[in-house]
Amino acid sequence: MNLAAQLPVLPIITPLIAAPLTILMPSEKFGGRAPYVWATLVAWAAFAACAALLHAVATAGPISYHLGDWAPPIGIEYRIDLANALVLTLVSGVAALVMPFSFRSVRAEIDPRQTSLFYAALMICMAGLLGVTITGDAFNVFVFLEISSLSTYALVAMGGRTDRRALTASFNYLVMGTIGATFFVIGLGLLYQATGTLNMADVKHQLAGDNNRMVEAGFAFIVVGMGLKAAMFPMHLWMPNAYAYAPSVVSAFIAATATKVAVYVIIRFIYSVIGIEFGFIEAAFNYLLMPMAIAGMFFASIVAIFQDDVKRMLAYSSVGQIGYMLLGVSFGTEQGLTASLVHLINHGMMKGALFMAAACVMLRVGSHSISAYAGLARRMPATAAAFILSGLSLIGAPLTVGFISKWQLLAAAFDSGRAWAGFLVVASSFLAVIYVGRVIELMLLRPPAPDAAGVKEAPLSMIIPLLVLTGANVYFGLNTELTVDLAERAAHALMGSAR
Amino acid sequence: MEFLTFFVERYNYWIFITLMMMGLYIVIARGNLIKKLIGLNVFQTSVFIYYISIGKIAGGTAPIYVAGDMEKRGHEGGHDGAPAAALPGKDPLGQGAIHADEGLSENFGFAGNDLAALTGGAAPPHGEAVHSLPAGGANDILAAPPVTIGDHASPISDAARAAAEVVYSNPLPHVLILTAIVVGVATTAVGLALVVRIREAYGTIEEDELEAADHVAEFGESPAQARGAA
Amino acid sequence: MISAGDAVALSVALPIAGAGAVWLLDRAPNLREAATLLTGAALVALTLVVFLAVGEGARPGYFVFTVIGGLPIEFQAEPLGAMFAVLASVLWFVNSLYSIGYMRGHHEKHQTRFYMCFAVAIAAAMGVAYAANLFTLFIFYEVLTLSTFPLVTHKGDDAARFGGRVYIGILMGTSIGLLLPAIIWVYSIAGTTNFTPGGVLATPLADAGALPVILMGLFAFGIGKAALMPVHPWLPNAMVAPTPVSAFLHAVAVVKAGVFSVLKVAVYIFGLDFLSASGASAPFMWIAAASILLASAIAMHKDNLKARLAYSTVSQLSYVTLGAMLATQMGVMGGAMQIAAHAAGKMTLFMCAGAIYVGAHKTLVSEVRGLGRKMPFTFIAFFIGAMSIVGLPPMGGSWPKFLLMLGAADAGQLAIIGVLIVSSLLNVVYLLSIPVQAFYLEPAEAGAKPQGSGAPAIDWRNIEEAPALCVIPPLITALFALLLFIFADPLYAYLAPIAEAR
Repeated sequence: MNLAAQLPVLPIITPLIAAPLTILMPSEKFGGRAPYVWATLVAWAAFAACAALLHAVATAGPISYHLGDWAPPIGIEYRIDLANALVLTLVSGVAALVMPFSFRSVRAEIDPRQTSLFYAALMICMAGLLGVTITGDAFNVFVFLEISSLSTYALVAMGGRTDRRALTASFNYLVMGTIGATFFVIGLGLLYQATGTLNMADVKHQLAGDNNRMVEAGFAFIVVGMGLKAAMFPMHLWMPNAYAYAPSVVSAFIAATATKVAVYVIIRFIYSVIGIEFGFIEAAFNYLLMPMAIAGMFFASIVAIFQDDVKRMLAYSSVGQIGYMLLGVSFGTEQGLTASLVHLINHGMMKGALFMAAACVMLRVGSHSISAYAGLARRMPATAAAFILSGLSLIGAPLTVGFISKWQLLAAAFDSGRAWAGFLVVASSFLAVIYVGRVIELMLLRPPAPDAAGVKEAPLSMIIPLLVLTGANVYFGLNTELTVDLAERAAHALMGSAR
Repeated sequence: MEFLTFFVERYNYWIFITLMMMGLYIVIARGNLIKKLIGLNVFQTSVFIYYISIGKIAGGTAPIYVAGDMEKRGHEGGHDGAPAAALPGKDPLGQGAIHADEGLSENFGFAGNDLAALTGGAAPPHGEAVHSLPAGGANDILAAPPVTIGDHASPISDAARAAAEVVYSNPLPHVLILTAIVVGVATTAVGLALVVRIREAYGTIEEDELEAADHVAEFGESPAQARGAA
Repeated sequence: MISAGDAVALSVALPIAGAGAVWLLDRAPNLREAATLLTGAALVALTLVVFLAVGEGARPGYFVFTVIGGLPIEFQAEPLGAMFAVLASVLWFVNSLYSIGYMRGHHEKHQTRFYMCFAVAIAAAMGVAYAANLFTLFIFYEVLTLSTFPLVTHKGDDAARFGGRVYIGILMGTSIGLLLPAIIWVYSIAGTTNFTPGGVLATPLADAGALPVILMGLFAFGIGKAALMPVHPWLPNAMVAPTPVSAFLHAVAVVKAGVFSVLKVAVYIFGLDFLSASGASAPFMWIAAASILLASAIAMHKDNLKARLAYSTVSQLSYVTLGAMLATQMGVMGGAMQIAAHAAGKMTLFMCAGAIYVGAHKTLVSEVRGLGRKMPFTFIAFFIGAMSIVGLPPMGGSWPKFLLMLGAADAGQLAIIGVLIVSSLLNVVYLLSIPVQAFYLEPAEAGAKPQGSGAPAIDWRNIEEAPALCVIPPLITALFALLLFIFADPLYAYLAPIAEAR
């Protein structure tokens, strides 16, 4: 039993064990540094494990890890292939950047007595998201999903110190999230009833494309449940407030990861659990996912234009961007799936960077209202540059990851003979030009507010992670080996497994 | 008549659906946050009941090991639909579609049973047992119900008969739902804690009052005032 | 001597390095301007190396790297691109001289940002010029848009903000909304976006019905920088920028990058044979013709000098589009020559407009009456530039018009010849009238009617010219316009391979 053989479990077990230990650490001594350093180290360890996993999977093929050495299908299996290795790396990578980033922001926004609790919850949230991604057991998905969700409710509510609306936002999130998770469980129950197993690969094997009303109903419950978690239009209502009023660090982390993981689960269930040979999947693609995706792309983007709160604007934009991902899936082609996976990763990077920039502004200006951004280009040049670059990435300007996403999505649309969908995508990214452009224009061209005279650049501990993530936005816009190539292979494998 | 049978046969589902709808309705329709949480609980509980009912076999007992050795037999038998229908005391009606459905839905009720059967000695080859399709099993029954019922056609059902003094309920859904119950309790706890904090911050837990308070915070006037102004 | 391939890569990289140097020299304005000029001079040398190599039949290229499978960032110089690059680099150098005079004469703020953005914009223009495929072209096209945005909004007031919004909105909107899908569509159809002599679409789209027309439409309007009506409003709105920006970017780099892209698409993506055979270009030929006339008509109503020049640019750009859409050899040659001729002519006019603003603080056409006596050099340059734009010999602008008419005749479109003639007449009215008024009319007193004057003598003792750095550059470009007439034949021979490529 060497460590390398246990690698797949490390990303989960490390934060899961570390979290309760965090609570033992002093919250107020050393300015709350103990839990901060600890959480950062844990996040880095998890990231290292995930990166190693990605490398192993990319070179040697899928890994199957049997938890407690119980062989599947009876035991819980962690099954890592390229698709979830990519998502794992995204989640842990964002965590590895958000944790070091968090210190100053947490000290400003969180009750100092709760520092260690905050980091414990953040680590549990991370462990949950990683667990959802890594597991090959359908019910285990639910368990990890609730682990991450419960901690997220608590984390969002911690924003109540600066704005009490965080409490109601968190409550709404809790109600919607629980309904979503319960729907998901109902779906799982139906699938279990049809197959007698909960292991994803085994469910697939048992179903073997045999159509049956129960599977159909199960699929519908799962998509709706996960759609709620993924803030798929029109089930996104919990999200804007939760993202807007959560502590800045939490917004940055969950915006970059949580919805992405839910989308991943939808993809996983469609391809690896149920299989696209079912007639109803195609119907779901054409009559459910695609219309919802397109409606989300437009509706959410239009709403985003009229937001006066930057964080809320970014949240609405996320709803629209989820639409892109689901649109790619709904093409039902390998290219479409590649585009979805690529955008899933890329959007994690851009939204993470944007929310981190918003956190810097929150720290220095003390507000995430759009008026706080006036003239920031001169006061906080690094933050403004990061916001502008990531914003351009969100729009899809060339030399950024957003462009790669858009290219993939459009190519998939044209190749599958849906040129109109391609034009809808560009039309909605024009809306992104407007809402991102508003903020950029403010930052570049407006004079700063008179009371913002003392505003200076955010501290280095925040700027460095922010710039790293922004740099990733540019780097992966130029070198797509890690994203597009792997996503292509992942999509190929998913399509292959779906047949 | 057929319809009535169809209806009555699935009484557990009707309970589950009714509870679920009640729960959802409470969540949506009630403005009081505590009541919302209670609705959420009812909603979740309905799912628990659903899970428990699909694992339950009429006359089945708790899956506690009674006799024979079970070292090797793990969960393989669980997938096997065909012998399930062959068990005594089941399927009194033997009616086409209903039967098929029931065979399917209650298939897993026999997992424990099969275990017992299999320990009797006549174990099918490993792979076969794992991968035979339950839906397929149901179809078999559909094709030839009289033959399967009470007939000693297959060696498995033979063995099942021999060892079927103990009928177990399927433990897996029950275990799953234990997990879900724990999650539900945690959710309720977090939810109640949030309600307490909301009450501290706003002085109310009525949704419309909360919304009005937020509206004031955002626009500087209450919705009623705004309407009056307009 | 460096190899031409390296020169191609360096021409894109050098201005970026120049921008870095400008940034570092923020505190020392003289050194900063020296950095700009040095970069400019080196860039001219580099583009000339490429230009000469291409003239000898070489196609120097530089492979940067592959972004997505089958989509490399790659450069390859061909005659049209090499010409555009030389044109842009030479005019950038001249313009830099002018910028220094203008910006200092005007005490503008944020000069460092100004020069940096300028350098990035020229790098992007180089990238557009040398792009070996549509993908690379698109990337630099967008960089050009974004890097010029701070220049357009340089003043930072409400008008600048509004202008900037229209500018970025239309350019980004058309490029993302129409051009990008068009490129991806081409990629999806042909499996490549490389600029290939003879085009890449002829075979896969042999019987594609209306698809070629749709694609051509996406390109024609998607390349918003070509300012084909109705996607032209960004150009007049960009005139809120300082004059050097208008002069260089909105008479040369940006707009020429647009029409250059249209030509490249017509010649190397569609291929002239396919274009004329499929009839894909016919509707846009008429739109371009309408654009020529309408923009001229609007220009006549504009009293603001820069707005008038902007609409004149819209009209003149459509000549190039028209040339491409005629889908004949002569048409394409005419369009290609028009790029060079119009650049020299229009830049002269803009720089003169800037000189008038700096020297006399006049922005309206109605205010320049009699000003020629105070600013003779400026108005001589203006006169030469205007002659070239109108297409009067002995100015460079006459050849493209001649070739376009030949091209129209080849295509059997006599009506287009009529359009060209009418447009030239309109040009005479709205452009040549300005220097004439400046020289021959008395300065207008408040409320006085314009009156002729018998003695248009220039009082040489009473000259109030703009600073030398504002006056000499337009004279230089005016000289270019003249030289383009005399040396039209070598240029024609140089560009000939693009239209004869099969």
